[in-house]
Amino acid sequence: MSLSKSTEFINGAKATIPLIIGAIPFGIIFGTLAEPSGLSIWGAMAMSLFVFAGSSQFIAVGLLAAGVGPVIIVATTFVVNLRHLLYATALVNKVSHLSQAWRAVLAFGLTDESFAAVNSRYLGRTDTAHAHWFFLGSVVAMYSNWQVCTWLGIGLGELFPNMTEWGLDFAMSVTFLGMVIPYLRNKPMWLSVISASAFALVLHDLPHQLGLVIAALSGICIGYASQQIDIRMRIAKATAGTNEEHKL
Amino acid sequence: MNETLMIAGMALVTFSVRYVMFAMAGRIRFPLWLNQSLNFVPPVVLTAIIAPLILMPNGQLDVSFANPYFWAALIAGVIGFWRQHLLTTIVVGMLSFVIFKWMMS
Repeated sequence: MSLSKSTEFINGAKATIPLIIGAIPFGIIFGTLAEPSGLSIWGAMAMSLFVFAGSSQFIAVGLLAAGVGPVIIVATTFVVNLRHLLYATALVNKVSHLSQAWRAVLAFGLTDESFAAVNSRYLGRTDTAHAHWFFLGSVVAMYSNWQVCTWLGIGLGELFPNMTEWGLDFAMSVTFLGMVIPYLRNKPMWLSVISASAFALVLHDLPHQLGLVIAALSGICIGYASQQIDIRMRIAKATAGTNEEHKL
Repeated sequence: MNETLMIAGMALVTFSVRYVMFAMAGRIRFPLWLNQSLNFVPPVVLTAIIAPLILMPNGQLDVSFANPYFWAALIAGVIGFWRQHLLTTIVVGMLSFVIFKWMMS
């Protein structure tokens, strides 16, 4: 028994609401940062409309303010958003039966937030006949909210020029923190996350977010390695157990 | 003009990264080790983004009472594990942040 398209769409939007709440201050602060960084109002709005990638939009504005040229900003955007390649890889089997147009729309909206919502929709469930409507619902909710918040932020930035000092950037941190918690269910996951943070802190000063990329890759390697060790130890224990039974 | 080109470039690279796997759906097969590694990607990347923001907001490690990011994240983390509810975690974290920030000013 699979759910109807409209139910899936609404469920997708609903599942994204908690993540949208974290993105609201984040979108607003992006809007307020635009003008002091030298980006035009049109440019800030266009970035949210066409790029639609919160953390890299933030980084781009930061680099602009530091006087970095457009080529490096585009390259940095690429590196920072490489993680979306991995999100797409995790979901590709769920969308491979859809038309190219559907896939393009869903890919355009593959943000951290929608990935978190959509991935948990698919986990351990077989009633996925219309689950792409859930995906679309999540994307539409996230996208429309992001546009409204950017626009609000641009307006508020003109009203309160010192709003950037209020620390609204914490909203992104706490949203991401909340998204990480459900993953932390076993030792390899903990180990990978802790080592990634340690690397990210130590390599913080490397240019163009290179530290982030190295930290992520190291965390993944350490997590994978410890999972393999974990699996092998379990197998060893299990076979030792059966050997003893044979003796009895 | 420079700005238009920059935004077009950002849009192009972002969309390409998100779309390439979906576009090639079914025609790229990953070995088991790669699939298993991919499970670690989301938590690891998100943590690597936020760790410096929370623990070194001024460019160096700071876990003193003068760092509201750290204390608010700690409270949000504890609540998050206890309640296992995303919205509660976010709201508690943001409220704690505002309170810490206000207490320190």
